[in-house]
Order: sequence, then structure tokens, then C-alpha cells
Amino acid sequence: MLFTDLLQETYFALSANKSRSVLTILGIVIGIASVITMISIGQGAAKNIESNIESLGSNLLVVMPGSQKGVGTSVRGGMGSATTLTLEDAEAIDNQIEYAAEVAPAVSSRKQVKTTRGTNTNTSIYGVDESYGRVKNIEMEQGSFINNIQAQKASKVAVIGPTARDDLFGEGSNPVGQKIRIESLEFTIAGVTASKGGTGFGSSDDLIYIPISTAQRYLTGSNSVSNINIQISAADLMTPAQEQITSLLLTRHKITDSLQADFSIMNQADILSTATSITDTLTLLLAAIAGISLLVGGIGIMNMMLTTVTERTREIGLRKALGAKNGDISRQFLGESVALTFIGGIIGIIIGWLAAWAVTKFSGTTTSVTSFSVLLAFGVSAAIGIIFGYYPARRASLLNPIEALRYE
Amino acid sequence: MIKCENISKIYKTGETEFEVLKQVSFEIKKGEFVAIIGPSGSGKSTLMHILGALDNPTGGKYFFDKQDISELSENQLAEIRSQKIGFVFQSFNLLSRAGVLRNVQLPLIYDYKTPRDKRRKKAEQALNAVGLEKERWHHLSNQLSGGQMQRVAIARALVNEPDLILADEPTGNLDSKTGDIVLETFKELNKKKGHTIILITHEKYVAGHADRVIEIKDGRIISDSRSSNHNGLKEK
Repeated sequence: MLFTDLLQETYFALSANKSRSVLTILGIVIGIASVITMISIGQGAAKNIESNIESLGSNLLVVMPGSQKGVGTSVRGGMGSATTLTLEDAEAIDNQIEYAAEVAPAVSSRKQVKTTRGTNTNTSIYGVDESYGRVKNIEMEQGSFINNIQAQKASKVAVIGPTARDDLFGEGSNPVGQKIRIESLEFTIAGVTASKGGTGFGSSDDLIYIPISTAQRYLTGSNSVSNINIQISAADLMTPAQEQITSLLLTRHKITDSLQADFSIMNQADILSTATSITDTLTLLLAAIAGISLLVGGIGIMNMMLTTVTERTREIGLRKALGAKNGDISRQFLGESVALTFIGGIIGIIIGWLAAWAVTKFSGTTTSVTSFSVLLAFGVSAAIGIIFGYYPARRASLLNPIEALRYE
Repeated sequence: MIKCENISKIYKTGETEFEVLKQVSFEIKKGEFVAIIGPSGSGKSTLMHILGALDNPTGGKYFFDKQDISELSENQLAEIRSQKIGFVFQSFNLLSRAGVLRNVQLPLIYDYKTPRDKRRKKAEQALNAVGLEKERWHHLSNQLSGGQMQRVAIARALVNEPDLILADEPTGNLDSKTGDIVLETFKELNKKKGHTIILITHEKYVAGHADRVIEIKDGRIISDSRSSNHNGLKEK
């Protein structure tokens, strides 16, 4: 039996029972489409988190204050609640750690922000200096970032993120030179940062930067900093730098036992690998749920093929009498089931793609259809055709021609 | 061309054995038109299955073109059927949703020797040989009358130019008038084109069209006679 004959026979057989073929294909379409969509949601989440983490800056160590231990109690406050880090710590790191290329301390707090137009938003206020912009790879859309002169003079200037700009002044407007009020203090807008594309909580697009000295003087009223961001000169120096900073700060804070440290240092790579393992699990879970519907679709194929074999017993007997070998018969039925899954697979990929697009469009969740997930879905659907078609095809091929011809 | 030597066939159902064919021996030469006649249960269907390479005998030897095919495997038998034997069945066994031409071409997809572009021509030759009107060629097979269906089935049996045509009760589902047309078709194929034909039937009238009648009863040949002239029907 030539391959073209096989295609022709498959076409005739499937078109002879159109509604049944369509319903069976539908089972596979739903399975494949849900696999594609679910994986795209999982991978979209992974990409989103990765880009959020990467937008923090490269070769970054972040020193955060640890929890404060009250004297005589064993109650620990929340991580980062202590006010043990100071600007002097940041300066010491800058001066004494040779691998530290840039040191950018920051003060953060959340405040209500108003404009003279009456619009307002609740957002994070970051007190920073010039080096912060370099450490975090902040690019400007309009105006310029906080500079060292402004930081020294504790000027009342602000640089706002694009989301904050949209909330306060309307989408795409140029607010440079306009005023905003933070806690009854008036700030002049010096610039708008370019979008980094991260979404959700902690987005670097929805915040306002002011000089660190201004923040300390007017907003927090203390010398402490919320965190110190340190850019290390090379990726392979991260570990030694982390060790040096730890021992420097332990000495400065007069702590002998490193377990009692009142600060912690986060490494960007650690954050990334934790986040990746979470999103991998998420993707796997979603794929497994979708895989169940694919399995059900496959069982639908097997069901249809078994029915077909029974219905066409006489035809099988005839074909055998006319000289069809067992292989010809099993190829024919296997061809039908593979054709069903193949067609279902193609339609499913298209629908899955559209569904992923619709999810992004209407819910804002990032999705990502990769060539890997398309290939996987295609391979799985072809494999289902072979696996679930094999048993019916084998049953057909082993029919005795004499008995098959007598079958009523 | 065909030679049977002490063919026997035993069916086992559980403990009991049932001998359907008992030491059957005969020979059929190329170009003969033979009827095998017998009542139901005589073993004629079993004999047809063995002659048609659909089944192996339990004992004895079956030579087809001097080749012993009594112990071939299933796929080897399929090869013999594909190359050398054409079947005509009582209930036609056409693919009901397929057109006449596709039905006739069906055996060619399994013979591995006829290129796709030659198949159509072969099918047309076979349909001409059985005398089916040209305007019927594009009909679906379930739109045809019984006589037309059986002629399509004969054309299908002819299309791969077999050495032997085996017809199992070919007139069993037809009225006597269309039955006669089908029997005439067989006769013509035998006389004009020299096809070897074996006709299996339980009707004496049908067997009368053949040149030679082998009568079988209880698994044994009880008579083997040649009609003196080739027009057996008219003589009766």
C-alpha cells in the first residue's frame, strides 16, 4: 500500500462519518489547546518574574536590615523592620570593599501623593542618590534622574515612574516642572523614568524617587536606610564580596556571632533560582491539569477506532481477501487515528495560541507560547494517535478474513 | 494449474473434532470453467477457502502454479490472493459509499505493482469486460441494482489479471433473470478471454453453466463430470 493510497483511504474513511470524526477531533483540540494555553500562562509568569528580577540590576547584592531582637525577649520582629542600617554603613562599604563598584542606599516608605489637579495615588516613595540610577539601570523617558547636588542640598525634587505619571497626570503627558504634594510638602518633578515592563506588586514603574537626604529629613526623620544596593564589579566576585560585606558590617555593628546578625544580604542569583523553581512547579501543575483533558481526548480516539473496527469488520475481511496484508490493515487504521490527532493537534495549537493571546489581552496576565510548547503539544498528539490507535488497529489486522467476511 | 492432493480440514471445538474435508484430490487446468456443487454443510465453502488461499488445509498438499501453498503464512497467502486470485462473493461486498471506479481499483492498492496512473485504465478495461454501461461508472455502488453490483464485483475480481476467479454463490442474492446475466458474464470471460473460473454453488441450474461439475458431499468428492458440449444449459 503506497503512502498516497493510505492518505486517500484515510480521507475516505474519515469523511464517511463526518460528525463522528469531528467530535473525536474536538476532544483532541480541547486537550491540545488547553496544554498550549496552560503552559503559556506558566511560562509567561516565569518570564514576568525573571524580567522583574533582572530589572533590579545586574550583579546586585542587597543589604537589608534584619529583625530586631528586643532585650530580654525572644520575640523577633519582621525581617527588615529594624533600623540598624545607616548611611555611614553604606559609606563604609563604598570605601572599604574593593569589589563594590557602586553603592546605593535607599529609604522607602509608602505615602499618599496628590497633585494640584486633584488627582492622587498611593505609591512607594524611594529616597535615593545618583548612584541608585546606575545600579538599577534606570533609564529616563523625560527629564533627568536625581543627581548628587540635589541629594546634598536635600532639594524637593521628584522623579516619577511611568505608571505613577499615568495615574497622576494622565497617560503619556509630560509632567516635568509640575508640582506634586507628598505629606504636605511640595516637590517639583524633574523627570520620568522609562518603563521597565514589570507588572504587579513591587513594579519599578509605579513609584516616586526623591533625594535620599530629603526623604530622611522630611519623611522618615531618622538616619537609617531601608536597604543598601551594591553593584559588584564582576559576577564571579559576588560570593567573596558578600563575605567581606558581612564581616565589615558585623564589625561595625559590634556583633561577634554571625547568627545574631542584624542584617541580611540577598543575592540576585538566589532570588532568581527560587523564583524559577516556583514558576517551574506552576507550569508543571498547569500542564498536568491540561494533560488530563488530552488523555480523555485520546481515550475518545480509541473508543471511536474500536467502534469503527467492529462496524467495518466485513470491509476488513474483504480487503484481506483482495490481498491486504496484516500490516496494510493496521497501517490503515493507525493512519486514521493519527490523522484525527494530527488535525486535532493543528487546530488545537491555533486555538491555544488564540486563547493565550486572549488571556493576555483581557486579563493582563503575561503569557508566552514557546516553540517548545508547540512542539511538545504536536508530539504528544501524534503519540496519542499512535498509542490509542495501536490497539484497535492491531485488533483489525488480526481478524480472520473468513470470519470477518461472514460477520453480520 | 491447481492440484489438490489428499486435502483434509479438521475443525476443533473444545474436545470434539469435526472433519469437514476428507482426503479431497483433484486437478484443475488453466482455462477451465468448473462448478463445485454440494448442499450446505458439505464442505464446499471450506474447500473454497482453501482454494482461495484464505485458509490452510489441516492435511494434504495444495499446489497453485506448481507452488505448494498449503503451509504458507498469513501474509504469504495474502500475497498469493493479491497476485493470482480474484474473488466474487454472494453479497457483492462492495464499499457502499465509494464509487464504481474506486471499488474496482481497490485490489490494485495492495498489489504493489500497478502504478497509480495505470489503475484507472485497468479498471475501465475490467468494467468493459463485464459489460457495465459507461454511464454507471461514476455512480456510488449503493445506487446500483443487484445485477450491476455483481458485475462491478466481477470487474473488481478481474482488475489485477488473476490466474483464477473464485465465485462463491455469485447468483445467491439475485433473481433468476439477473442471475443469468451474471452467469453469462462468467461464461464470456471464460470462453473469450480464457479466464479460469471456479464457481461454488448449491444449485444444479447454476452449476449447469460450467464445463465441468465437481459434486461434493460430506467432505468427499462424489462425482466429477464434464459436460459433452460447452453449452450445458441449453442441453438440459
